[in-house]
Amino acid sequence: MRRPGAIGWALAAPALVVIAVFFALPVIAGLALSLTDFDLYALADLSTLRFVGLANYGHLLRTPLFWQALGNTLYFVAVGVPVSIGLSLGAALLLNSRFARWQPFFRTALFAPVVTTVVAVAVIWRYLLHTRYGLINQALAAIGVDPVDWLGDPHWSMPAIILFAAWRNFGYNMIILLAALQAVPRELYESARVDGAGALRQFTDLTFPMLTPTLVMVGIMTISGYFQLFAEPYVMTQGGPLRSTVSVLYFMYEEGFRWWNLGNASAVAFLLFVVIFSVSWVLLRFDREPGSNA
Amino acid sequence: MNPRLAIWVVNGLLAGLAAVSLFPLLWMVSVSFMPAGAASTLPTPLLPATVTLANYRQLFGSIGMGRYLLNSLGIAAFATVISVSFNVMAGYAFAKLRFRGRDAIFKTLLGALVIPGQVAMLPLFLMLKPLGLINSYGGAIVPAMASVFGIFLVRQFARGIPDDLLEAARIDGASEWRIFITIIVPLLRPMLATLAIFSFLGSWNDFMWPLIVLTDDSLHTLPVALAGLSREHVQDSELMMAGSVVTVLPVLVLFLALQRQYMEGLMAGGVKG
Repeated sequence: MRRPGAIGWALAAPALVVIAVFFALPVIAGLALSLTDFDLYALADLSTLRFVGLANYGHLLRTPLFWQALGNTLYFVAVGVPVSIGLSLGAALLLNSRFARWQPFFRTALFAPVVTTVVAVAVIWRYLLHTRYGLINQALAAIGVDPVDWLGDPHWSMPAIILFAAWRNFGYNMIILLAALQAVPRELYESARVDGAGALRQFTDLTFPMLTPTLVMVGIMTISGYFQLFAEPYVMTQGGPLRSTVSVLYFMYEEGFRWWNLGNASAVAFLLFVVIFSVSWVLLRFDREPGSNA
Repeated sequence: MNPRLAIWVVNGLLAGLAAVSLFPLLWMVSVSFMPAGAASTLPTPLLPATVTLANYRQLFGSIGMGRYLLNSLGIAAFATVISVSFNVMAGYAFAKLRFRGRDAIFKTLLGALVIPGQVAMLPLFLMLKPLGLINSYGGAIVPAMASVFGIFLVRQFARGIPDDLLEAARIDGASEWRIFITIIVPLLRPMLATLAIFSFLGSWNDFMWPLIVLTDDSLHTLPVALAGLSREHVQDSELMMAGSVVTVLPVLVLFLALQRQYMEGLMAGGVKG
């Protein structure tokens, strides 16, 4: 009899080695890196590397641009996630409605932006948002709204990026929420209707409670994804105007690969991880709280 | 609500959402066929007055987009073949084979999903440098060679394979490797398509890591090249739209061809790749 244990290990090994070497090891090394003053000099000559303890973290907390990047990212998450998920939920409810026709076509059309390359569609949106020639401002002009300098005005740059992100991403959660909606037995709606519950009552008393676990999961995934904002400002605004769209990762990228302060940049990455982890943890607790989803 | 009115409202809203979703993509295609400067006139045209291929000629001629297209195709294809193979092997092992530490390792893998990939990027860059993998196709591929999400997806699917089938093959004297190749892989075939499209799209659309690791212009993938071009050619909207078409069209076509597998995978996993 051959040992099944050996073959199990042999089959799992290639993937596990890849994950260990190219993910787990760098994560641990990153933690160590964040405690050093690794910079351009260390890149050339490792002997100049020094252990600095938590000095990078202390330095970051005293860097105004880091706080601004964190604030911008929180703005993007706090507004962008509800807008995106709201749109996803609305679209999923419409698709799941018994009045909906051509469901396969609509599903594909609404999902199409999700598979597109962020950089390429960000380029399109940069022109759609153009102050003078952009079609968005021309559509607004048709209803009497003055032109908005979307990507040039620090008050409008982040809303513009949120609009773009919601457009590109809402289809993803829409599909997951649609699957959850289709899992709700139709008979429950029948009996609710017999009991005289209107569309709104059906949603608040039946649909929403049934969807809560999926919404929490979708919320956590989306929040974690939105905290990793990078390509959108890189292409659309280059962090501007007045650094209003510098995200945490954009800051990390500049710190690490433009100024080669790799120790400092690693500390940024870990702080971002701590923020994402804490927010997810709070949301999970909220889900497990008995009665919180009533 | 009156059912006829409800039909109009629901489908009207859906049509509106579909128009918003598709308009930027259709407009991109339209503008890519306009002569230089035509999109920057008022009122902004929706369709080209004269159709020209000049933008595509410039892209594939002096700009060398063909090279970037091949880079993207090559990197995505390699990453897909390797990661599908590794994930299928591991996913099956975690689902059906007993080995020491299996459950503990699997739990650790799932736990690791909360760590954003960017945490590993800076040290990975430093690790790959002495290996000569910075500024090489290999460097762009290595982190994509296996994924926890892929392993998870295969495991979910492989758990449905009846144990009796495997036992019967073992009694017939088939080796474990033979069982994997002749029984498991054919049974997992629908899953393979799903995995492949996820992996291909992920690799094709990836931006930050290739931007970091591929410093030499001739190695750039389409998104990296396009981001660079869009900073240089801010005013050339028609040219940039053609560049976006070249970048987006391959994945859009792939998605339309394999959308059933893609959607099923998405609903089965319910997790981001």
